[in-house]
Amino acid sequence: MPLPEPENLSLLATFGPHRAYERDRAQEPGADEHLVKTHCCFCGQQCGIQLKVRGDAVVGFEPWYDFPFNKGKLCPKGIKRYLQNHHPDRLVRAYTKDASAPEGFRALPYAQAIGRVAGEIERIQSTFGKDAFAVLSGASLTTEKTYLMGKFAHMALRTANIDYNGRLCMVSAGAGNKKAFGVDRGANPWDDILGAEVIFIAGANIAECAPITTDYVWQARERGAKVIMVDPRLTPLARTCDLYLPVKPGRDVALFNGIVHLMIANDWIDRAFIDQHTVGFDALAAHVAEWTPARTAEVTGIAEPLIRRAAELWGRAKTSFLMHARGIEHHSHGVQNVLGAINMVLASGRIGREFCGYATITGQANGQGGREHGQKCDQLPGGRDLANPEHRAYIAGVWGITPDELPQPGVDAYEIFRKVDSGEIRGLLSICFNPLVSLPDNNFIRKMLEKLEFFVAIDFFMSETARYADIVLPGSLHEEDEGTVTQVEGRVIKINKAVPCPGEARQDWVIIQDIARALGRERGLTFTSPAAIFDELRVASRGGICDYSAITYDKIDAHYGVFWPCPDTGPDGQPTPDHPGTKRLFEPGSWNPIARGAGPFYFPDGKARFNVSLYSPPREDVDTDFPIILTTGRVVSQFLSGNQTRRIGPLVDHYPEPRVEIHPRLAEHLGVVDGDWVRVSSRRGECTVQASIVRTIRPDTVFIPYHWSGRKSVNQLTIAAQDPISKIPEYKVCAVKLEKSTAPAYQADLEPQQ
Amino acid sequence: MPVPSDLHFYVDPARCIGCNACVQACSECDSHKGQSMIQLDFIDTLRSPQTVPVVCMHCDSPTCAEVCPADAIKRTEDGVVLSARKPRCIACNNCVLACPFGVPKMNTEMGLMMKCDMCYDRTSVGKKPMCASVCPSQALFYGTREEIERLRPASQAVQTFQFGRQTITTRVRMMVPRDAPGQVSVTDGFSDPGIGHEVSDDVYANVSIGSHS
Repeated sequence: MPLPEPENLSLLATFGPHRAYERDRAQEPGADEHLVKTHCCFCGQQCGIQLKVRGDAVVGFEPWYDFPFNKGKLCPKGIKRYLQNHHPDRLVRAYTKDASAPEGFRALPYAQAIGRVAGEIERIQSTFGKDAFAVLSGASLTTEKTYLMGKFAHMALRTANIDYNGRLCMVSAGAGNKKAFGVDRGANPWDDILGAEVIFIAGANIAECAPITTDYVWQARERGAKVIMVDPRLTPLARTCDLYLPVKPGRDVALFNGIVHLMIANDWIDRAFIDQHTVGFDALAAHVAEWTPARTAEVTGIAEPLIRRAAELWGRAKTSFLMHARGIEHHSHGVQNVLGAINMVLASGRIGREFCGYATITGQANGQGGREHGQKCDQLPGGRDLANPEHRAYIAGVWGITPDELPQPGVDAYEIFRKVDSGEIRGLLSICFNPLVSLPDNNFIRKMLEKLEFFVAIDFFMSETARYADIVLPGSLHEEDEGTVTQVEGRVIKINKAVPCPGEARQDWVIIQDIARALGRERGLTFTSPAAIFDELRVASRGGICDYSAITYDKIDAHYGVFWPCPDTGPDGQPTPDHPGTKRLFEPGSWNPIARGAGPFYFPDGKARFNVSLYSPPREDVDTDFPIILTTGRVVSQFLSGNQTRRIGPLVDHYPEPRVEIHPRLAEHLGVVDGDWVRVSSRRGECTVQASIVRTIRPDTVFIPYHWSGRKSVNQLTIAAQDPISKIPEYKVCAVKLEKSTAPAYQADLEPQQ
Repeated sequence: MPVPSDLHFYVDPARCIGCNACVQACSECDSHKGQSMIQLDFIDTLRSPQTVPVVCMHCDSPTCAEVCPADAIKRTEDGVVLSARKPRCIACNNCVLACPFGVPKMNTEMGLMMKCDMCYDRTSVGKKPMCASVCPSQALFYGTREEIERLRPASQAVQTFQFGRQTITTRVRMMVPRDAPGQVSVTDGFSDPGIGHEVSDDVYANVSIGSHS
């Protein structure tokens, strides 16, 4: 069904998004003004920040200079995040869908809303089976909440179908890391960037998506590091890098294979490390033999001399750090791209030592912790597997149930919507997830939201997805709760509560437990605080790969965070309550629960795995009808689906609406000049946006950021092709055509952020 | 308390990533009344993502103050040039036109020239300015000479600028390559095509606009 034209303006007037601006500054700082040390609510860097609190309102910020990761530094999003607090759009009541109200909703008492949710869950599950009710969760929640969501789904609802929005973000890196290293965590503290001779950055727009990492890269350069960047766009960091490789979108693994080919040909590999610490090198060497520089250049669109230069810089380095992000991961072969990058690292032997590092840059606030403790469709806490009988038995023991009561693995977030289509899933609970903006081919998602028999959304603002809910429950903002998150380095840190929930809004973990109680399934869901949840999580993670058992809130406070693994039991079975955590993974002689001393990597033999990394083209390549590659990503002033950042005025003003970046040669071909309206269309949908003509993008590619909703959403165009292993969608490549157009009619009715 | 004399403000434009954190943070300084007094200049968006943060250079002999007919612009004892004083400023724009660095801006609603005051309410009590505190790339840095020399061994700090026949010395220092002259001749730069343009012109030279178009 097409979007109504215009959208429901009454709904927008009631629930926004509206833009909030500076607080009233006439008020002098009162005696009650105080600072709360916590972290940013946005990306996976998790910068330390102090919130300025007056009464029950967050009114500003002050840098937190002592927090070692960012030392006071913040990007514009963190600086202005306080404006989400006391926002006019804040949901302070529960709502039910009401077709007779112009805005489509009417408020109802919280308890009544909970009762309705429980009734519908009971009805759907008793009629259509446990799995007919699904749960979608998020990786911006605290780890305590993600643990609770997994327990709620697996133990209370006993549905197989829970997944999370890290499916859009971290899963290709996670799957690749598990295949190669046996563990899924960034391997090094960021300080290891500072002394690296070569920094290799693939598919990561660090300046705009992880701005604080910029200073680490610049500081390494001051010490003489060479920076290599792989990207179809000349991003702000690429502007002054030493070597820029303008890869054709979707061809990253070909480049990595080509570099390993040259490393082997020139003997720029660490034979001793390969022999002692890895398996699978011969098979990889045989595979990359075909990736000659000429073939690599042909496939990647990168000139052969640049490929040779990259291989030589990387190959000859004594120390190095390789980082990647969604640019290589958001592909139908995203895991292969990740494995190709890891092969470069393993062949060099430069890992597990000071200034020798590898990491994926996490996207969401809890991109790391959110993928560890049981809200993924195939996972149990501690990084355990739902399909593994031993793992099931351990967690069933912690939860006081029998393993048979646990469901089998379910399906990924996108597949959940396909199961709505097939009628297998009839009801949905979502929290911290805005799939109508963030999933690809989102006109399909809208149809599925409309098809659901019952949909309950927990949110602090009326997200675009929540507009389709039967019941909306008012959840908690970041500053209204406490708990831990695990940031990009693997450092577990503490989010601190600054203000109470307003009105009838509740902390998310309270809401989930209220639903469980109303269902009569509150067993194991009677926690009285996040600390109590964390204490059980520590036990549930004990002995697992992601072992948090010796981490406490006090230890986090005392040491500016604790890196996992942090087990409370040593290899010899002795208690280790003072375990300091593990800053750097894979150090020679290190112990882990899989290898048990056999070697530093998380396999029984202690050795890392080379994986043959196969190149395949994107699912949808360009053709005569759709001749241009579309790639998508972020801008610095917005975050994910924009549910928060499109409500913060100064951030909206910075970059109000999506624009399409077009190289001047393509623009000339299209007859388009800067500022013209352009209709960009794919086989799935279209959007009309203004052109930014820039020489900083490949002429065969256009870029549109994805933070906007409705007709401004580029995810109307993107393809729902997914990686067969990680199930990550292919946001970074699909085929489009561009035509000069005129300003769309809705332009007159909608504010930029709406 | 004066601004500590061993703490200096350094601008290193080569590091700037255009993220706008300085602009957003400036308006959060308690004495700035919600106004941002730092500019982020985009050099040539068609060709390059290069951006430059523009703060007040806090000249030893501030041109803005010299041309002010109302004597509204004061330089503090510790060398910080403040916004125009509200009771005196006649909003004549002389300072806006005369500043060789293009820093003062007229707030037409308030009828007042406002400019970067190096967060005097913070720096005069020993805190860092907001912009240099938050700057993710540390293109804006506030600290001691020893710190900057240790952190930026390939650069030197310059505080003398030549505008034609006018020589200006500033409290704020500009980072330039170590082997560059010890002063920046701004007018000489007018004929310089700039670094980076050739890069973005050539970098996609071998890429066609679409294999089927």
